[in-house]
Amino acid sequence: MAQLLRGWGRTAPSFGRLVRPEDAQALTELLATRPSDGPQGGQPAGGLIARGLGRSYGDAAQSGGGIVVDTAGFDSIGPVDPETGIVEVGSGVSLDELIARSLPLGWFVSVSPGTRWVTVGGAIAADVHGKNHHRDGGFCSHVTSLTLATPTGTRVVGPDTDAELFWATAGGMGLTGVITGATLRLTGVETSWMVVDTERFAVLDDLMAVMDASDASYRYSVAWVDFSPGHRGFGRAVLTRGDHATAGALGPARRERAVEVPHAPRLRVPVLAPRWLVNPATVRAFNEVIFRRSPRRRPGALQPLASFFHPLDVVADWNLLYGAPGFVQYQFVVGAAQAEAVHRTAAMLQAARVSCSLAVLKRFGPGDPGPLSFPMEGWTLALDFPAGQERLPALLDQLDQLVASVGGRVYLAKDARLSPELLAVMYPAVGKLADVRRRVDPDGLLGSDLTRRLGLSGAPRE
Amino acid sequence: MNDAFGRPQSVVVLGGTSEIAGALVDLLVADRCRTLVLAGRDREALTAAAARARSGGAQRVETVVFDAADVAAAAAAVAESFAAAAEGVDLVVVALGLLSESPADASEPSRVVELITANFTWPAAAIGAAAERLRVQGGGRVVVLSSVAAVRARPANFIYGSAKAGLDRFALGLSEALRGSGVLVQVVRPGFVRTKMTRGLRPAPFAVGPEAVAAAVLRGLQRNEPVIWVPPVLRWSFVVLRLLPGPIWRRLAPK
Repeated sequence: MAQLLRGWGRTAPSFGRLVRPEDAQALTELLATRPSDGPQGGQPAGGLIARGLGRSYGDAAQSGGGIVVDTAGFDSIGPVDPETGIVEVGSGVSLDELIARSLPLGWFVSVSPGTRWVTVGGAIAADVHGKNHHRDGGFCSHVTSLTLATPTGTRVVGPDTDAELFWATAGGMGLTGVITGATLRLTGVETSWMVVDTERFAVLDDLMAVMDASDASYRYSVAWVDFSPGHRGFGRAVLTRGDHATAGALGPARRERAVEVPHAPRLRVPVLAPRWLVNPATVRAFNEVIFRRSPRRRPGALQPLASFFHPLDVVADWNLLYGAPGFVQYQFVVGAAQAEAVHRTAAMLQAARVSCSLAVLKRFGPGDPGPLSFPMEGWTLALDFPAGQERLPALLDQLDQLVASVGGRVYLAKDARLSPELLAVMYPAVGKLADVRRRVDPDGLLGSDLTRRLGLSGAPRE
Repeated sequence: MNDAFGRPQSVVVLGGTSEIAGALVDLLVADRCRTLVLAGRDREALTAAAARARSGGAQRVETVVFDAADVAAAAAAVAESFAAAAEGVDLVVVALGLLSESPADASEPSRVVELITANFTWPAAAIGAAAERLRVQGGGRVVVLSSVAAVRARPANFIYGSAKAGLDRFALGLSEALRGSGVLVQVVRPGFVRTKMTRGLRPAPFAVGPEAVAAAVLRGLQRNEPVIWVPPVLRWSFVVLRLLPGPIWRRLAPK
């Protein structure tokens, strides 16, 4: 079925053939079909790319004129090993489904991004991170093996078997093949509750000093920062840090419901909002509410797992609030010694008077060996912007320059506008990916709108 | 590919020697555009425009010569331009046009045909062919230079205005027909633009330079606006102007 596909930010749609193979055999046949030259001869057909739940913000899971493989058919969840927490799952399984299955057995995903509505395949292809990256690394650090269907055959790889292909796939944005399944190591938990310390800060400096000093003593840590434009509170922040609650930490009332599976969203945005809805005034009001409802300082509060990890999952389709122009998220990471880059970013945001609807700051631990894997030790800042703002494209280009100049990089799962020139600067090991692709995709069949935009797809060059 | 802000990497310009096209190309190659195909009637002017684009940052610039009097060749010119771009086209700019400020032209059939062909039939055939190629490749944009004269023409430029009105309606209708295909057709309606085409004419109110039109097009690409008015104030001005009674319009509109 051909259809218009877009990312979560709804910015650059393209029309591709969406195919849902029901089994490995059907996928193998799909990978064996070569794109024709098209009816007009010489018109290049787009590449083949996997798509899970479409939560990449930009153009990573779409391919104009190409084939988009919906992985929903790979939906099996194996038994969880009660000793080790090892589980085999299909790539189309969402973290929501996996958590619903494993949590009652006392296991939680070792890395959870800000939403449960991503698939295991997507989480590997983007090497997603969570609030515990400084402690536990990225999603792929907890993958013991994965099954990858490539144009030159299906392989099972892991950190110990064909590590080169495994790590090229971790964060590889689908350029090495279609992941059909993976073996994951889950984390043991006693309850579905979190013990959370919350602290408010009036200025960014104080926040970063505290994160620097004591993040290491928390398993999970993340800070919301108010970068909404034009008011005195610019740069204020709320830091939330915590860990899984043990059974003993729950009072008698809560012990009754020590393990509760997160429920589906009860609210839904029914239609595309008008384009004026997200404006500087509503952005400011939204951030004001976040700040006001956070306690000045509250240690040891119990919080359900879902509201700690996935606060935005409360509302389904919240991306529709941004209306027709959509939104972009800009997430970058800079080294631990480059905290100054975070301050300069704040200054540039303020000077440009661009509306930033949501800002999140956190610390990363050391990255993993994936040539396109995003995390590296240091500070990561994620910024959401309504896309229609006139000064935004130039501002983000300037931020690219800043980030690249201090050896940082932007996150491709969020990206919708980086230039190919800077990609090579930000990901200097990208040549290793080309080496692997010469082996698994010598004809350059794989690719998405994102990889075409960034000059990553096509037949791998020497 | 077009990015989240509608910034193209590969662009075809039909009417690549026009001043508005030149100003737009300057902005596009200074941004993400690396591949550029300039198609036009005048080989020498195309060579000069190509050199300017290269010095502005384009990595690959190709030129295609066409005859805007030959409607049957419009599709071939589009095909040649797409082939020259080689790796897919993100944006097609349709900027050719021929101005007439002489109502007496209407009494000369060959002149009428020439004006209607250059301003309507040739561009319409080309837009149709280009949009189909974009549809097959899975998406892209067409930006069509129309005019406020398409909404209400002055007595002096009604032949030009009638052709632009046809083109404007054609482009908007096509955009509607292509909803859901990933192809977006956008119309630009500038007011009076100071160019060689309008040299010697008395500028109308809200006259702008070609650079202002180019900047407005970039904004329109970012916001997916179906109709881009330049300057923006004309959007509201023409709500009134199009309904003005004839005697008042005749007094206001410059001859």
